[in-house]
Amino acid sequence: MELLPKIGWTALSLFVGINYGFVINGIIRKVMARIQGRFGPPLWQPYIDMGKLLFQRNSIMHGYMHWLGPVFRSVGGIGVFVLVPIVIGDPRLAGFSEMGDLLLVMYFMFFGSLGMALGAGEGGHPHSPIGVSRGLSQMTAFEVPFILSIIALATAAGSFDINAIVAGQQGGVLQWNFFSNPFATAAAFIALLGMNMYAPFNIVGAPTEIPVGPATEYQNTYFSLMMIGRSALAIGKMVLFMNLFLGGAHSVLEALVKVIVIYFWSVFVGAVFPRFRTEQSVRFFLRWPTVIGVAGVLFAQLVRS
Amino acid sequence: MRKFDPDRPWDLTTLPTTMAPKGSKPHAPTDDRCFLGAGDVPAAPKLQEAVATIKNWFRASSLNVLAFGTGCGAIELRPLSTSRFDMSRFGISGAPSPRQANVFIISGYLSTKTLKRVIRSYEQMPNPKWVVALGSCTINGGMYWDSYNTIKVLDLYMPVDVYITGCMPRPEALIAGFDYLMQDIKKGEANGWHHYLENLEWYRDNQKKVITDWDLPNYSW
Repeated sequence: MELLPKIGWTALSLFVGINYGFVINGIIRKVMARIQGRFGPPLWQPYIDMGKLLFQRNSIMHGYMHWLGPVFRSVGGIGVFVLVPIVIGDPRLAGFSEMGDLLLVMYFMFFGSLGMALGAGEGGHPHSPIGVSRGLSQMTAFEVPFILSIIALATAAGSFDINAIVAGQQGGVLQWNFFSNPFATAAAFIALLGMNMYAPFNIVGAPTEIPVGPATEYQNTYFSLMMIGRSALAIGKMVLFMNLFLGGAHSVLEALVKVIVIYFWSVFVGAVFPRFRTEQSVRFFLRWPTVIGVAGVLFAQLVRS
Repeated sequence: MRKFDPDRPWDLTTLPTTMAPKGSKPHAPTDDRCFLGAGDVPAAPKLQEAVATIKNWFRASSLNVLAFGTGCGAIELRPLSTSRFDMSRFGISGAPSPRQANVFIISGYLSTKTLKRVIRSYEQMPNPKWVVALGSCTINGGMYWDSYNTIKVLDLYMPVDVYITGCMPRPEALIAGFDYLMQDIKKGEANGWHHYLENLEWYRDNQKKVITDWDLPNYSW
């Protein structure tokens, strides 16, 4: 496919993906409210919040690095989204997935948080660096089971290319990595809980503790930019998990359904659990999920030989 | 109108009209101080009015209340987020940082010591912002009418958009107050924040009369 139409299609899918993230966010608020016996805000509340944030001006300046924090964050989210194929065999919805492999996607996942950490520290509010240090330590911990799980998948497929991993899962539901390597799946889906930062791993923006964490000094347009970046990153991650474990998608509708199913795994876990402390979270990830991840790598090696 | 006497703050005849006059233009930030020198881009009046209506609808439908309880009324704010009263139905949610808040609820009595922190937090909130005064204490001192250490008339120190009377008002009254506030915002009449910027010197004079150890900057950005 030519480069220009490819950019156009990728931008369109990014636009749809970000909007889908907003819709899912509205559904999550409604679902959480119903779980707690409330009615909850209307489904389109994320859009209203977004509009309100855009119609307010910023009144403070903490230096250019502080401004760049949300920009890095959204670049990380958009980078993940455009490097992951959405529908199998459709070059229009494949993004730039043939130009980068799984390692680049993981780099972009880390990049956004690092950029945000650099920017948030400039705000000068003590809650920002506290949230940053909590987030980075938790991130280092959940990367271990996640990387082990990815090594297991790459061993089975013989490649770090996402398209190759998806191609290896075709030919029936039982060919999905979800069933063919349950250890790697378990490790990655536990790591996903940490990535999505719902309870019990919501230690970064811990409500009533360090209320919004790194974003304490961000307002209005910065905040809306962070909402966009977060939405792109969340949907990108879910599409990545769909490709890695649920055999990809053959149509847009299938992709939408699989994305929301994977997303609600962490939402429902978050609805019933209280919060871990930082060191508990780190210890949790480095204990059983890591063991399961190692088991996944050994299992993949056994099946292959 | 008689001159304001700090020894007789309950004397309502000395009160100036601190609210923006009725019928004033909706969302008319003529003062550059509102936006750090970056004023609104001039547009055709009809278009400006339509844009202002849309902006005001968005602002009214997404209110973020600053988590700052000054007095006993703060206990009435908690039930608002529970399943019985559920303020999130109206798009109202809490904001822990003044940078992300729109609404400041002065919940009940306000001691002179707290006033300093309230002023600081209020000025750090981005424009436009609104103040809801909860309980009789904010109107005339209430049961603290003769206290040496309590702010009796809140309107002298910061602009109030909605008063909710009672001691204590129940959460239903608070929701009704929010309803009035939303209607005012949609009509473009909740311009207390604008009035504050226009009459900053007058408010500062009043604030400095009660805060004797004044060490705040000229404006807490």
